[in-house]
Amino acid sequence: MTETGIGASVRRKEDFRFITGKGRYTDDINRPGQTYACFVRSPHAHATIDGIDASAALKTKGVLAVFTGDDIAADKVGGLICGWMIHSKDGSPMKAGAHPALAQGKVRYVGDHVAVVIAETWAIARDAAEKVLVHYTVLPANADTAAAAKPGAPVVHDVAPDNVVYDWSLGDKGATDAAFARAKHVTTLEIVNNRLVPNPMEPRSAVGDYDEGNESFTLYTTSQNPHVARLVLSAFIGIAPEHKLRVIAPDVGGGFGSKIFIYAEETICVWAAKKVRRPVKWTSDRSEAFLSDAHGRDHVTHAQLATDETGKILGLRVKTTANLGAYLSTFSSCVPTYLYAPLLSGQYDIPAIYAEVDGVYTNTAPVDAYRGAGRPEATFVVERLMEVAARELGRDPAEFRRQNFVTQFPHQTPVIMCYDGGDYPRALDRALELADYANIGKRKAESARKGLLRGVGISAYIEACGIAPSAAVGSLGAGVGLWESAEVRVNPVGTVEVLTGSHAHGQGHETTFAQLVSDRLGISIDNVSIVHGDTDKVQMGMGTYGSRSGAVGMSAIVKALDKIEAKAKKVAGHVLEASPDDIEFKNGKFSVKGTDKEIDFASLALQAYIAHKFSGQELEPGLKEGAFYDPTNFTFPAGVHICELEIDPQTGVVAIDKWTAVDDFGNLINPMIVEGQVHGGIAQGIGQALFEGAVYDKAGQLLTASYMDYQMPRAGDLLSYEVAVTNTPCPSNPLGIKGCGEAGAIAAPPAVVNALTDALGHEDVPMPATPQALWRAAQRAVTKAAAQ
Amino acid sequence: MTAVSMMVNGQHVSAEIDPRTLLVQFLREHLRLTGTHVGCDTSQCGCCVVHVNGDAIKSCTTLALTCDGAEVTTIEGLAKGDVLHPMQAAFRENHGLQCGFCTPGMIMTAVELVNRKGTNLDEHTIREELEGNLCRCTGYHNIVKAIGAGAQAMASAAE
Amino acid sequence: MYEFAYHRPGSVSEAAALAGDHADGKLLAGGQTLLPTMKQRLAGPSDLIDLSRIDDLRGIEVKDGVVTIKALTRHVTVATSAEVKAAIPALAELAGMIGDPAVRNKGTIGGSVANNDPAADYPSACLALGATITTNKRAIKADDFFKGLFETALEEGEIITSISFPAPEKANYQKFRNPASRYALVGVFVAKTGGHVRVAVTGAGSKGVFRAKEFEAALEANFAPAALDGKSVPASGLNSDIHADAEYRAHLITVMAKRAVAAVA
Repeated sequence: MTETGIGASVRRKEDFRFITGKGRYTDDINRPGQTYACFVRSPHAHATIDGIDASAALKTKGVLAVFTGDDIAADKVGGLICGWMIHSKDGSPMKAGAHPALAQGKVRYVGDHVAVVIAETWAIARDAAEKVLVHYTVLPANADTAAAAKPGAPVVHDVAPDNVVYDWSLGDKGATDAAFARAKHVTTLEIVNNRLVPNPMEPRSAVGDYDEGNESFTLYTTSQNPHVARLVLSAFIGIAPEHKLRVIAPDVGGGFGSKIFIYAEETICVWAAKKVRRPVKWTSDRSEAFLSDAHGRDHVTHAQLATDETGKILGLRVKTTANLGAYLSTFSSCVPTYLYAPLLSGQYDIPAIYAEVDGVYTNTAPVDAYRGAGRPEATFVVERLMEVAARELGRDPAEFRRQNFVTQFPHQTPVIMCYDGGDYPRALDRALELADYANIGKRKAESARKGLLRGVGISAYIEACGIAPSAAVGSLGAGVGLWESAEVRVNPVGTVEVLTGSHAHGQGHETTFAQLVSDRLGISIDNVSIVHGDTDKVQMGMGTYGSRSGAVGMSAIVKALDKIEAKAKKVAGHVLEASPDDIEFKNGKFSVKGTDKEIDFASLALQAYIAHKFSGQELEPGLKEGAFYDPTNFTFPAGVHICELEIDPQTGVVAIDKWTAVDDFGNLINPMIVEGQVHGGIAQGIGQALFEGAVYDKAGQLLTASYMDYQMPRAGDLLSYEVAVTNTPCPSNPLGIKGCGEAGAIAAPPAVVNALTDALGHEDVPMPATPQALWRAAQRAVTKAAAQ
Repeated sequence: MTAVSMMVNGQHVSAEIDPRTLLVQFLREHLRLTGTHVGCDTSQCGCCVVHVNGDAIKSCTTLALTCDGAEVTTIEGLAKGDVLHPMQAAFRENHGLQCGFCTPGMIMTAVELVNRKGTNLDEHTIREELEGNLCRCTGYHNIVKAIGAGAQAMASAAE
Repeated sequence: MYEFAYHRPGSVSEAAALAGDHADGKLLAGGQTLLPTMKQRLAGPSDLIDLSRIDDLRGIEVKDGVVTIKALTRHVTVATSAEVKAAIPALAELAGMIGDPAVRNKGTIGGSVANNDPAADYPSACLALGATITTNKRAIKADDFFKGLFETALEEGEIITSISFPAPEKANYQKFRNPASRYALVGVFVAKTGGHVRVAVTGAGSKGVFRAKEFEAALEANFAPAALDGKSVPASGLNSDIHADAEYRAHLITVMAKRAVAAVA
């Protein structure tokens, strides 16, 4: 391993600009003649629009235009789309209600976009937006996940009169029912997976620009996948053909899924730029972000686990209602289906699984992928069931898990996934040791002496990421392929640019991808640049989400580097006057086997471009190769997280005082960055378990619409985590790596809740487990103890 | 429009502004110092923290006019030429940032924390003092480490 | 923010004149509550009278057992003041719990007291310590000052110039933070002064800060946590929201009051 190669904790190349204030985020970009957009948003969850009077706004000095749904209809601007087709049990396609970028006739959630004001300054636009008079007839709202599809519930979209988008299933119902019929014990849980707001610190922003001379558009936007944004804006929304639309996602301040999607605001900015013949900028404030960014999670689940007399699991079944919000966001339909149910086998050998999922419309913000996307929900179901089953069976939760672990690979689960490798007992052993699990009894007794309740909770998670084999996802309804692209350009002086379809918004690709290139080509990491986030520079790519940039994005670079090496060897053969088959490439030097003839990488690159030593007929000049990599499987990171905490029953305040994470991510490119990803994921997972919850009232008003009411995890709420890794290389990609970006958020919530319920001695604890909820739960614990 | 002038990162600046211009808007839009960010509208995230007359304050909750005559330091003014401030270097060395959006506010808060509470900071103190700075990427683990190390480095630099 | 006219007076009398001239104007002290409110367009004053250049309004003085803090003194100054720490440590501790460090670097005691946010910290100290609020026109006892949610005895054109706190024998403030906003969900200030006990509660009351008289009587008889066993403030007058319903708040008031007493008993 070199100091900057694979496996080294190289300090990040991108950091200099961020720590000196020189980062360039979308809102930092200003175009000459720029105007500002302010959206008029619905204050009602559900209402018809009876009329819009923009005359006062239009009279305001500095206002250029006010646009409404009628304007986009007249221009035939297409609606926002959902790119994954899900079919119901009866084979019928999901019921997708129209999603215009500006509402037409009806609003369906608080924050729905009704009109947009374009003005000379942001302040004028905001002032004028208040003068746009919208006449509504308010309708009853449907804002409760569990009740959304009940008879008589207000209908969100006429295409789905029962508010059911799809009723979908996965697995063998007959086999699962049979397993339950012969079970010795059945564990049953009712689970609510709380609704979250992603909250990347950078709010969404967009600048649309129109070049009249070239009839072309440029959109600067906060996107995790600028090419996909261009594809959708072009092919579906119809703003401009792809070659006339450039999408640039510059530095992006976190995404966590919420910046995958193609939203109304960026659509309007790029469309309106042509209408007003001026650049149009919009930057969300945090209140708008709460209302209009796609939210995450929001499941209500009935789950059961069947075991035999020895504690061996026989079957698992779940019935989930998943809230998809008022409209189907870009990838929303696949999150509670194919990103959820296929993970219900966990790390366990479960012979029969049957899952039913009803996706429902409500008068709430659209719900889509948020860090983990489906997999945290599945892991929460599985790991809560495992914990409760162990307790009901009088088994140690760690040993009950161990008994049921998958130990042979490959392992085909009954729900699509084929696990390609792993070592689950090893992670469990290491985690138990690091957490000093053996002595938890002593620590509980010490806490009890202080009047505090101590608990320990295990979460043995698995996830499928590195999405995904295109043919496989295509067969499941995906509208796109999920390969990744790379182009490696070796310059004549031997420096290298890598153009990647992946997009970094905190993950450190400029460093890790350069480490790969440095390692492979034997050149300094400083001679490698990673280029991403601009559709005019980079070939079509699929972007970053689903922990795919390492496993898929870097694999594409590996493939391109293979081609570079092959071509370079041919050039070297000519230069060194040997057969290409006799050329070896090691430590940045090409040499002829068994001789001292050699040429270094930079000199070879120059030879490739001056092309003096070979004829163009036999070998093309230059050294530039591209590759598209389509993965053969998902990757399956897995691990064990253990949470130990203490509850003050007097106040309901909880303090986590130890967090142990042992993760198997296969080979690591940069351990420092991997650990950072784990830390961040754990924090978001603890946030879901203890702090964060988006709450709508009956009228569909969002009660948690700012940081005054939505508790973001703060430094003082959290702790330093003990993070370790096991390493079973992934057999399904050339680097042997697995995704690490979502693991913490997937693993953490059940670890926390298992620890809370362990401390309290009963299972009745909601998420988020706020102080008030825990105070009540502690009281129920006292009542229960007294009753016994 | 009202006249305002102040020293920003050692440079004298003046402008005619709308009285409702916040300090952060003045910095970002008038001076194009875009290192100071806006992450919320309720004065909680701390992405906008700058120093005014040496105090760390939230520039989204301060009128530019109130700062008339003040000395303002932003993230762009922290390094001495090409030499990073020890706290900036500590954030890079300890992987105290990911997306970088909260980072300027974190660093400005951390520098003032050390100025106020000294260079020997325990983990508890650092976590408590970050009450007004949110980060969504790092889980704070490495930010806390970076600030501890940066404080020590500031002590060495002062010797 | 809506448009406003900006004024920066150099003296209290000038500020008072401006306030008198602009009935729909507002005084701007540290701005840590007012500016966010204006940004959200929940307030739209015609005029903003920025007090920040009135240097006479800054400073702390301790004389004859009374701590007098001038109105524009920032929270950070109170929290770190050696005089305040010596005379009324609980007051310095309270100031150090307000908002966050950047907010404490701007926010002022006068602004906080004049605003009388039902979840602010200082009103509980004023009430429990029997403070006197001095304005450009008169002196007002804390008991007569706080009139309800965001309501005070201040009249138009009246500006707080200082607040005087008699040093107690014992005092402590226990704050249970709203998990999201970090304002007081329940804050209890207990003070024993001249044999009398006052217990003031902030964050919880539906009409703002209030005194828990039953607690006071019990603690005057026996200044010990056990004196509050079985005692509670009726939930009927308390706030309910998504973070805490009235029953939980009532419970927390007792717990926080006991902890405050335990800290100094």
